[in-house]
Amino acid sequence: MHYYNEEDLARFGEIGKSRPDLFEKFMAWYQACQEDGALSKREKALIGLAVAITVQCPYCIDAFTQSSLENGSNTEQMTEAIHLASAIRGGASLIHGIQSHNAHDKISM
Amino acid sequence: MQTATIQIRRNGKSALPDSPVSFGEKLKAHNLDLRSTGVEILQVNVGKLCNQACKHCHVDASPTRTEIMSRQVIEACLDVLRTYKIPTLDITGGAPELIPDFRYFVTEAEKTVGKIIIRHNLTVMFEEGQNDLPEFFREKEVEVVSSLPYFLQQQTDAQRGAGVFDKSVEALKKLNAVGYGTDEKLILNLVYNPVGAFLPPVQESIETDFKRELKMRYDVVFNNLYTITNMPIARYLDWLRSSRNEESYMQKLTNAFNPSTVAGLMCRNTLSVDWLGNLYDCDFNQMLEIKVSDESPQTIFDFTPEKLANRKIKTAPHCFGCTAGAGSSCGGTVAV
Repeated sequence: MHYYNEEDLARFGEIGKSRPDLFEKFMAWYQACQEDGALSKREKALIGLAVAITVQCPYCIDAFTQSSLENGSNTEQMTEAIHLASAIRGGASLIHGIQSHNAHDKISM
Repeated sequence: MQTATIQIRRNGKSALPDSPVSFGEKLKAHNLDLRSTGVEILQVNVGKLCNQACKHCHVDASPTRTEIMSRQVIEACLDVLRTYKIPTLDITGGAPELIPDFRYFVTEAEKTVGKIIIRHNLTVMFEEGQNDLPEFFREKEVEVVSSLPYFLQQQTDAQRGAGVFDKSVEALKKLNAVGYGTDEKLILNLVYNPVGAFLPPVQESIETDFKRELKMRYDVVFNNLYTITNMPIARYLDWLRSSRNEESYMQKLTNAFNPSTVAGLMCRNTLSVDWLGNLYDCDFNQMLEIKVSDESPQTIFDFTPEKLANRKIKTAPHCFGCTAGAGSSCGGTVAV
């Protein structure tokens, strides 16, 4: 028994049983964001994968891994997106070191 | 359409995938009737013998298979092509070049049909006695259609076997060297199919990538890229089951059902012939031993076009593979 169930991704629509008007608005927005525009669907799928890694949502990771493959990305390209997301996450932690240094300097002689 | 029932089994299980919905019911829900519009393409599967044994192969082809078409059946196919002026002959296998009468078949067919398509796996060119295939193809001006699931070695070898990618690139260079891909009479088309349980990308988009990458990395050129959806039968179904992807893949195919693909499905203008001369609506039905409707002629020996035109197409859950997304056929996407 684990907390997340892979099968639940396919049940996403069940959220819309309550307040379907809100879910429909969300889905229209969500789908429109992924269509070809100034960015291609493939680029958007890779961005989605990077964000999914960052927010650490297993459903999003499954969905955008599949979406990246179905939009023609390969393992190397997807891995680069994953590294970038992870590096930004690491950088986001590291930059807070300045905050620590500032605090350190403020209270140190 | 007619929903097919089949007898054959695979490793103790049904040879058809489990589907959450019936293909026939899906068509009915969209008021669609799937019938032949006539035989414009005779697709002849000359046998299961192949120099490769790809993981996704719907034919179960391999070097150990012995089923190959006899001269008698080839003559019957040629008679049909001559008598009924069928515009296109599409020769597939296995590796069709490995049967003894392959070159005879092409040479005789060239005298009567407008277009000959050879489904050529590229690596067969390096088998004994096959090194002049590029020149033979050029002489007969056949259209070459070759599988190359990706422009990188890792994905291609994962599906088609170790070393296949390098040999394939070498073969493509040999085809380019005799004019394929550059001479307007010598058409070289490639086939992409997903290396896994997912749908193919947009054909035009991945074609652009293939053209750029193959040119840049290997100085290889080709005409068109066809994207084909993996059909959930035979070895690919085995893989879906062993990797626990059958249910999600079938859900994906059924969710992606696109009614606008139905008008362009290859079963509507193609007739499939097996190595014994039996007739089928498509090469996939052939592998499942789902023959054409009972009212139709059952073999190439009693071919009559008027009895095959307007025939009901036999369907089963695997048909969702041809109607998902932009659709899939031996000529790529089909959605209108």
